[in-house]
Amino acid sequence: MACCNDAKAWRLKDPAIDLALLDPVLDTYAGVEGSLITILQKAQGLYGYLPVDLLAYIALKTGVKPAKVLGVATFYTQFRLEPVGKHLIMLCQGTACHVNGSAAIEEAVRDELGVEEGAITPDGLFTYNNVACLGCCSLSPVMMIGEETYGTLTPDKARTILRQIREKEAANA
Amino acid sequence: MKQNNGTRVIVGKGSCGIAAGANRISTLLEKGIRDAGIDCSVVTTGCIGMCYLEPVVDVLLPDGSKETYVRVDADGAGEILKSIRGEANNAEQYKIPREDAENLHKQTRVALANCGVIDPESIDEYIAKDGYKTVTQTMKTHSPEDIIAIIKESGLAGRGGAGFPTWFKWQAARNSPYPKDGIKYVICNADEGDPGAFMDRAVLEGDPHALIEGMLMAAYAIGAREGVVYVRAEYPLAIHRLENAIAQAEERGFLGDDIQGTGFGFRLRIKAGAGAFVCGEETALIASLEGERGMPRLKPPFPAQKGLWQKPSNINNVETYANVPWIIRNGGQAFAAMGTENSKGTKVFALTGKIKKGGLVEIPMGNSIRDVIYGVGGGIKEDKAFKAVQMGGPSGGCIPAELIDTLIDYRTLAATGAIMGSGGMVVMDETTCMVDMARFFLDFTCKESCGKCVHCRIGTKRMLEILTRITEGEGRDGDIELLSDLAVQIKDGSLCGLGQTAPNPVLTTIKYFRNEYEDHIYHKKCTAKQCKPLLRYAIDKDACTGCTLCSRKCPVEAISGQVKQPHTIDPEVCIKCGKCAEVCRFKAVVID
Repeated sequence: MACCNDAKAWRLKDPAIDLALLDPVLDTYAGVEGSLITILQKAQGLYGYLPVDLLAYIALKTGVKPAKVLGVATFYTQFRLEPVGKHLIMLCQGTACHVNGSAAIEEAVRDELGVEEGAITPDGLFTYNNVACLGCCSLSPVMMIGEETYGTLTPDKARTILRQIREKEAANA
Repeated sequence: MKQNNGTRVIVGKGSCGIAAGANRISTLLEKGIRDAGIDCSVVTTGCIGMCYLEPVVDVLLPDGSKETYVRVDADGAGEILKSIRGEANNAEQYKIPREDAENLHKQTRVALANCGVIDPESIDEYIAKDGYKTVTQTMKTHSPEDIIAIIKESGLAGRGGAGFPTWFKWQAARNSPYPKDGIKYVICNADEGDPGAFMDRAVLEGDPHALIEGMLMAAYAIGAREGVVYVRAEYPLAIHRLENAIAQAEERGFLGDDIQGTGFGFRLRIKAGAGAFVCGEETALIASLEGERGMPRLKPPFPAQKGLWQKPSNINNVETYANVPWIIRNGGQAFAAMGTENSKGTKVFALTGKIKKGGLVEIPMGNSIRDVIYGVGGGIKEDKAFKAVQMGGPSGGCIPAELIDTLIDYRTLAATGAIMGSGGMVVMDETTCMVDMARFFLDFTCKESCGKCVHCRIGTKRMLEILTRITEGEGRDGDIELLSDLAVQIKDGSLCGLGQTAPNPVLTTIKYFRNEYEDHIYHKKCTAKQCKPLLRYAIDKDACTGCTLCSRKCPVEAISGQVKQPHTIDPEVCIKCGKCAEVCRFKAVVID
C-alpha cells in the first residue's frame, strides 16, 4: 500500500497509548542502520508489549516499511503483540525439562491459572508462555516468573508457587 | 573490623547457582560476616559446572587451603559462618563428597579453565591467571600469519556444531581484500539456542574476558577493527557480565584504538538477539545483526567474503574463541596433543536429562560416551537402565545403549547418525519414549523453521503431524516409510543447517528404535508408558483400600466403588489424565 508511510492516512487505533514515550529511543537510533530489532526491544521494555499502533509509529519515524516492522516483530519469539499479565511465567520446554516431565508442569499451571498459553488471567496477574531452553537444565523442570527461576518442579510445587504469589498480591491490594 | 583473618568466601553465581538460591546464601554470608565483624570478603564466581550441587560455596583459608561446600541452604550458610568464626559447627555435612571433588580432577579444562575459579567481574583476577598475555606479549612478537599458523597447528575446529577448521575461516577472512572503507568484522555467535546446551552461557557468565581475548586474537589475525557479540536475550546475566568486562578491557587498554601501544585497534560491542533458533546459522545471524528477519541465505559468498554489511567477516562461537588464548599461550602442539587424529583438544559437554550428576564437563576428545555418562556423570538417575543419549540437540541424533562405547570424535559420532553439535548430551532412560522424543524435536524445529524453504517449512510440519498421530495411537501402516521418505526430501530441499539436519532425530530413532515405532503403530502400545492415549489405567484390587480419594479427584467421574471396597475405572469414560495415579497413596493405580 502506497499510503502506508503517509502520516495523514495513519490513524491511532488506541488513543490510550502514549507514543511520545518512545521518542527518546527513536532519536538515539535515528539514522543508525540495522537498529530495528534494538528499537523494538527498547519499545517492548517501555510498553510491556508492542501494540500495532506503536509498530506503525516506529515505521513512520524510521522510514522502514510497516510490513517489514511487523515482519521482524513477528519473526522473533521475544516480541509480543498482545499485553501480558503482571507476572510473566516462562515454562521451559527444553529437552531436559521435557524428559523430566515439563508437560505435567504445564498441565498444572494451566489448570491453576484457568487460562491457555499466552492469555491473561481474569485478575490480570498472570500470563504463561512455553519457551525453549532457559539454560538451567540441571534443575529441570524449570520455570521463570519475572526474573526469578524455580527449579526441580513438581506439579504441586508449581501450584504452590503460583498460590503464594496470588496471596502476596491479595495482601498488598 | 575486629580482625583480618584473610579468609575469602566465594559463592558460585552462574544462572544455575542463582536459580538454586545462591543470591540468598551470599546475602546471608555477607550479613553474618559483617555482624561478626570479621574482615573477610565474599566474592562471586561463575559456574564450576557441578550444577547438581548448587549452590556451591568455596572458603579459601589464610593458609591457602580450600573447603568446598555444596547444596548450601540457609542452615548450611549458618554452619559455614560458625566455621569461619572458629566456633563448633556442623559444616562438615555440607562439604563436597570426595568422589565429586575427584570428578573435577578427571576433567581437562581449557575453555572452562577459569569458570567457577575467578571472579568474572574482576579483570585483575583474569590477568592474574595469565589473561591478556597474548596482548602484552604475543602480539608484539608474532605476526597475524603466525597466529593463524598456531591455530592451524592446534587443529581447533568450530565448537558450535559443524566443526569446521577455525584457522581456515580466519585465513579466508584475512585473504579477503579490504572493502573501500577498510572494515572487516569479527563476530561471536553467542545465540546458544540448542535446548540442553549451556556451555557458552557458562563462559560468558564465568569468564567473559577469555572470549574478549579470543576475539581480539581473531581480529588481529584477520585485520579486523570491529567486533560484535550476538548474545541471546534469554541470557541477561551473561550480557551484564560481558558488558562489564568490555568496559574494563577498554579502561585497561585491551580494547580501543591503540591496544597496549601496538598500534592495533579493536572495538567490541554487544547485540542482544531476540529469540530465534535459526539465528545460530551464520548467514541468518548476519541478517539479524542487520535488523532483518533472521533468514539464512545461499552460500557462497561465504561470510569471509561477504558478511555483515557485505564486509569480510569471521564468525565463531563462544567456546571456540574461549579456547584461543590458551592455545596461543601454550602453543598449538599442546592443544593438538589432546584428543584424537581428527578431533583435537578438549570439548565441553552439557550433561542433562536422566543423569545423576548433571552439569558441564570438559574432557579431551576421544573419551567414550560411557566415560562421560558413567564416569563423570555418575550414571543414570535412580540407577535405571540407560536407553539412549541425544547428542547435538534438535540437529543431532540419538545414540542407543549398544553404542555406548562410541568414542567422542567428530567422525565417529557422525557415523552413528548423530553429531557433536554444540555438545549437549541429553541422557534418556527406560522411561523415555523414543517416538515421543522424535516428536518433541520435530515440534521444536517445525516452530523454529524460518519458512524460507518449502521442504523445511511444510515438510517438518507434515512429519510432526505423522509423529503426533503415532503417539496418539492413530499410526498407520506405512508411516515409518513415509517419515523416512520425507526426511530425505527435507534434507535435500533445505538451504541451511536447520532444515538439513531437522530430520536427524527421526532418522536415528527409526534406525535404532524401530521396534518402538512398530509397537505404537501396530500394537498401540508405548512401552515407556509416556504416550497417554496409548495407556490404560486400572486399579489393583488387592492394593486398593477404598479410600475414595481417586474417585473424588477424577475429573470425569470414571472411578466408582464403595468406601473401603476396591474401586474400578471405567475405561470408556477415563481420559487418562493420570490424576488418580498421582493422588493414590497405596500405588494401587496400575498403568499398562
